[in-house]
Amino acid sequence: MSLLSIQLPGLNLKNPVMPASGCFGFGREFSQLYDLSRLGAIMVKATTPEPRFGNPTPRVAETSGGMLNAIGLQNPGLEKVFNEELPWLEQFDVPIIANIAGSTEDDYVKVAEQLSKAPNVHALELNISCPNVKTGGIAFGTDPEMAKALTRKVKEVSEVPVYVKLSPNVTDIVNIARAVEDGGADGLTMINTLLGMRIDLMTGQPILANKTGGLSGPSVKPVAIRMIYEVSQRVSIPIIGMGGIQSAEDVIEFFLAGASAAAVGTQNFVDPYICPKIIDELPEIIAKLGADHISELTGRSWKKNERLAYYRP
Amino acid sequence: MRQENCRIVSNRQIADNIFELVLDGDLSAEMTQAGQFVHVKVADGFDPLLRRPISIASINDGSFTIIYRRQGKGTSLLADKSTGITVDVLGPLGNGFPVDEAKPGQTAVLVGGGVGVPPMYELAKQLARKGVNVVSIIGFQSFSAVFYEKELAELGEVYVATVDGSYGRKGFVTDILDGLAVQADIVFACGPTPMLRAIENGNYAPKTYLSLEERMGCGIGACFACVCHTQDDPKGFSYKKVCSDGPVFQAGEVVI
Repeated sequence: MSLLSIQLPGLNLKNPVMPASGCFGFGREFSQLYDLSRLGAIMVKATTPEPRFGNPTPRVAETSGGMLNAIGLQNPGLEKVFNEELPWLEQFDVPIIANIAGSTEDDYVKVAEQLSKAPNVHALELNISCPNVKTGGIAFGTDPEMAKALTRKVKEVSEVPVYVKLSPNVTDIVNIARAVEDGGADGLTMINTLLGMRIDLMTGQPILANKTGGLSGPSVKPVAIRMIYEVSQRVSIPIIGMGGIQSAEDVIEFFLAGASAAAVGTQNFVDPYICPKIIDELPEIIAKLGADHISELTGRSWKKNERLAYYRP
Repeated sequence: MRQENCRIVSNRQIADNIFELVLDGDLSAEMTQAGQFVHVKVADGFDPLLRRPISIASINDGSFTIIYRRQGKGTSLLADKSTGITVDVLGPLGNGFPVDEAKPGQTAVLVGGGVGVPPMYELAKQLARKGVNVVSIIGFQSFSAVFYEKELAELGEVYVATVDGSYGRKGFVTDILDGLAVQADIVFACGPTPMLRAIENGNYAPKTYLSLEERMGCGIGACFACVCHTQDDPKGFSYKKVCSDGPVFQAGEVVI
């Protein structure tokens, strides 16, 4: 068995590294740079029942060590994703995690039912945490009962395991995590972006046309690590960790906090080759830590068994 | 499109806060179209985090030239870089100006505003090489910001406008366009959005191509940050991405 292969519900991953949803489109652009089959999985862009244009521009603003975005779930809609984007991705030997979004429960159910039938979709990622849409999205992600009920409904129609993407914009993330686990979630993905804002000194106005946006990038990593550390000790389903990952060392840190796989978001924009670079660099770091397999690292920051070797870069 | 660490051949100030950066690299061999851009990583760390899209001003033999305005933290870091060190460049990106739309003997009017001037230089070189009569109109805030007038003058007629009237004609590039003695067969323009809008509305030639600017995330078409509506569906779902479908669009194609 490879040092990096990971088994998760629905996902037989050759390695635990995948691009995060919204940061990779449907893979077409990055396929011009490297073979997408190298990736552990691909979390494709959020899909809604109908096509969406998204928010007005400007949609991105830079912050210190991060980025705010308010794309607004722009996507070509369920039919086009199912008939064009997913079949195109079949040429690559890589499982797809389809991110599903909507404004109502019915929206989610409709998208989940159809996308889970696509042959290369091995899991769904239930997006109840997008901060950039006025209806749906985060409304489901901040109310434990709504999150649980939606998870249950999506599970009823989905033919593949369902991972729920948690929002960090809550007071008690463990509460939401346990609620979606009760609702039947097979796994969690965390974290989505943190709601933020920037104001342009020249105009005195918010930089983003949407005024607020989701903060991502290295500046959110400590928040993600803390939340995964807390949640992973209180749930029994696996977590795909994300939030500011820039390097193989960062992936290891997410594993130590309690993640079982890792997704790279904003860094794909900074270095479009970052995912294959991390995959190449992971084995050496795992060896330095004295582990035989990457899965041994999951939750080691809170597990009470023997210590790992000290890491020397 | 690919990533390369390109060596700085020169990095010098050519006007008030305007810098000309010449980079050595195999990437230049892949650059063919005037109006394409590169995505530059200005710092090794993560502040600033994102790359900077900068248009290609000149494609040379084994090197290429980009021109940028020192404005914020990122471009200030770029301006401080010395000769000999390398810069992480992703490119060439986007679709440039369709040079073939101008026929030998025809007149092409090139309009550049501020940091919209640089792509006009490579465009003027390519057009002049194929026998197109090139007329350049370049606009700046004031005399201290004027650059590349001499370089463009070697390729055709040049008119300069400054907003404060400290050099050339006082006013905007469209003031010069309005009174131009020659009839343009084609107009190519790059500059601030209000300038592009005025040129589109002015109908100065049978064919007009405009290079747009928008805040970008990835620069390659994956993030959907720089999306604009198409004019035939201004409120619907049809869209173009400035980074990968553009940055050059025909007038009337997208909502500016």
